[in-house]
Amino acid sequence: MSNIITVKKGFDIKIIGEPENKILIPRVEFYAIKPTDFIGVTPKMMVKEDDKVKAGTPIFYAKHNEKILFTSPVSGVVKSINRGEKRVIEEVIIIPDSIQDYEDFGKESLATMNREDVVEKLLKSGLWTLIRKRPYAVIPNPETSPKCIIVSGFDSSPLAADYNILLKGKAAEIQLGVDVLKKLTQGKIHVNVSYEKTTCDELLKLQGVELNKFKGQHPVGNVSIQIAKLDPINKGDSVWYIDAQDLAIIGKLFATGKVEKDRIIALVGNEVVRPQYYKLKFGACIEHLVEGNVLKENNLRYISGSVLTGKTISAEGYLGAYDNLVSVITEGDYYDFLGWILPGFKKFSLYRTFLSGFLQLLPKQKRKPVNIDTNLHGGKRAFVLTGEFEKVLPLDIYPLQLIKACIIGDIDLMEELGIYEVDAEDFALCEVIDVSKTDIQQIIREGLELMRKELGE
Amino acid sequence: MKWVRNLLDNIKPNFEKGGKFPWLHSTFDAFETFAFVPKTTTKSGAHFRDALDMKRTMTIVIIALLPALLIGTYNIGYQHFLSLDPTMGLFDDVWQNLWYGIVKILPILVVSYGVGLGIEFAFAQLRGHEVNEGYLVSGMLIPLIMPPDVPLWQLTIAVIFAVVIGKEVFGGTGMNFMNPALLARAFLFFAFPSSMSGDKVWIAEKADAFSGATPLAEMMTGGTMPSTSILDMIIGFMPGSIGETSVIAIALGAILLLITGIGSWKIMLSVFLGGAAMGLTFNMFGSNSYTQLPFYYHFLMGGFMFGAVFMATDPVTAAQTNRGKWIYGFLIGVMAVLIRVVNPAYPEGMMLSILLLNVFAPLIDYFVVDANIKMRTKRWKLKGGTNV
Repeated sequence: MSNIITVKKGFDIKIIGEPENKILIPRVEFYAIKPTDFIGVTPKMMVKEDDKVKAGTPIFYAKHNEKILFTSPVSGVVKSINRGEKRVIEEVIIIPDSIQDYEDFGKESLATMNREDVVEKLLKSGLWTLIRKRPYAVIPNPETSPKCIIVSGFDSSPLAADYNILLKGKAAEIQLGVDVLKKLTQGKIHVNVSYEKTTCDELLKLQGVELNKFKGQHPVGNVSIQIAKLDPINKGDSVWYIDAQDLAIIGKLFATGKVEKDRIIALVGNEVVRPQYYKLKFGACIEHLVEGNVLKENNLRYISGSVLTGKTISAEGYLGAYDNLVSVITEGDYYDFLGWILPGFKKFSLYRTFLSGFLQLLPKQKRKPVNIDTNLHGGKRAFVLTGEFEKVLPLDIYPLQLIKACIIGDIDLMEELGIYEVDAEDFALCEVIDVSKTDIQQIIREGLELMRKELGE
Repeated sequence: MKWVRNLLDNIKPNFEKGGKFPWLHSTFDAFETFAFVPKTTTKSGAHFRDALDMKRTMTIVIIALLPALLIGTYNIGYQHFLSLDPTMGLFDDVWQNLWYGIVKILPILVVSYGVGLGIEFAFAQLRGHEVNEGYLVSGMLIPLIMPPDVPLWQLTIAVIFAVVIGKEVFGGTGMNFMNPALLARAFLFFAFPSSMSGDKVWIAEKADAFSGATPLAEMMTGGTMPSTSILDMIIGFMPGSIGETSVIAIALGAILLLITGIGSWKIMLSVFLGGAAMGLTFNMFGSNSYTQLPFYYHFLMGGFMFGAVFMATDPVTAAQTNRGKWIYGFLIGVMAVLIRVVNPAYPEGMMLSILLLNVFAPLIDYFVVDANIKMRTKRWKLKGGTNV
């Protein structure tokens, strides 16, 4: 039994550099935990430099709730704690041991555990932090319970990793993970897959879940869009969500008692020589992934995450806490002579003012992958064009009005216009096509943070 | 184009803080970004962006206006010489007509752009902003909705009024709530009515003996049908505002706006639907020749077509929600025909109709958005939510 849900609006942007079906295990010399990956978390350190840690040893806890622990992905030695402006902790760097040593969290059978035991185990192992909550995309408060939990089983963003590959052979762990989630909510466990792309039994044969097959274009893979179709968030509601690959890690913890933060990730983008998959642990340094595997030395942008929503990192940077993609694209810091008037055969645009824009009218299967770079292609302006954002935002929300409400910080208006139902990532396509070059995701993120601070979670 | 880049890089420090002309920074920036799309890269959010920017958007509109400008220019000359010699054929002396038109329109364009952009540059500098491209379009729209004989000093005052009071006091392009070009025309219409109405102004230096009445004027003074043939109205060789007369030229512009998606098809279509609906309604209760006029005549006369394609679709002053656009456009069409037929004082209703709906557009959007808010509140209450 499965539900088929069609999402009409949205757009799949095809970009050069999709990953091949090949998984390598890279050499990783450093790992990092980046507290800034976790929204609303102020870290309180539990280790010092040169401390020895095991895989699963707590590194820091959240200031607002000391039960929420963040644990090491590997056993090794804490090399350094890097601070940024105002002494904010940006990275905790760990050098891994050659032979891995694990904290033991016990192998008690799930059947004999109650909700408190399960929550306790997740918190102690640090795997609680894999679950996030809407509204706000934050780690949920363990004392609360959601109206349903979403297992996110596909990604629709450009150059996304193929979940059939990421999840291969993890059927038992994912099923156990689902059983764990069932202890956390009275509501449904929704497993959301792609109607066109998902073929793996790891998701399609799961027991005790509501299987939803989503049909459509990006952002159909975003949980906001899925929640809106399944069970819209009202004021006061909370919905939790977790990535299917991370759910396997939780399953593994309950099967073995060990924290094994393994993830298969994809290295993608138009500047990658061999775009492919890698098996590594959270927070791995990408140095040896990209070394010798990019088309040029300089002027590249390395992104942990997708080209729509990821964070910029350096060529020696670290994979983010919730990312399964590393994208490498061209930096666009060039001047473009009369670029605003030339016909534009090769430029990326969804508008038909460029000849290349007409190619984007083709159905999504026939679209040719395009080259992109990070040039802003113009100066920032006040909003002028209207009616464009609506085409790529499949929510019953007025995007321009919500963005403006966030800019003026009117929390009543933001609430009325549906801020609880969205996350910054949902506006990524709006941001891409915005002629006024506004940083929309940042505006929405700041709006959400304002709400969270004013109203609490 | 390396040498242009080098030249710009060389003189750039003069216009930055501590240079010789820091007060010209915005002006320099405007010209620099005109030559080169800047090398700015994305700093937050999506790492790549669409290649379309405001300059290109506005340029598309200007290109869409060129057919109207061209035919308008020729028509100035043709109407002038026709008034001197009513037997003259359309193509009897092409170069003479064209040259006369160019001599007439060039000063108008220069004044419109010179005064308007001057104010834009000054305000951008004061605010420390980049110069917004919005006026590039307004500066072209204003000449096209003027009579060919508009006194330049009056035009200057109108442009200053439109740009300063209509736009800059609200924060510049994107913040204004009334179409600046129409505001310039409305200002002239009420401040200097003798230059903007009557039979004399629609033909440049008209010979007194020639009638020169526009179809709208003929209808208002109780004519049964306009004396201009439908074909002439479509091609555009009749007296009127410079760019408004030719249906074909405006349609060419409309096609470009629709293909590129820069102009809203919803608004364009709904303006015509509204006009047709009102025209047909009058036909049903027709009591005089104007109310009995077939509805499509309204599209061909005066500024209806031009307003529907280039003025009503201005995204800043139009309704901003998709549903609102339908209502906004429809009401513009209705009001334009209503003012034309019923109001005894103003022969042309399009300008006033669009300005009126500009004022009401935020209200229309308010109700559209409010429906969305009510839906959300209702959904919340159904689930047992209560107001705190």
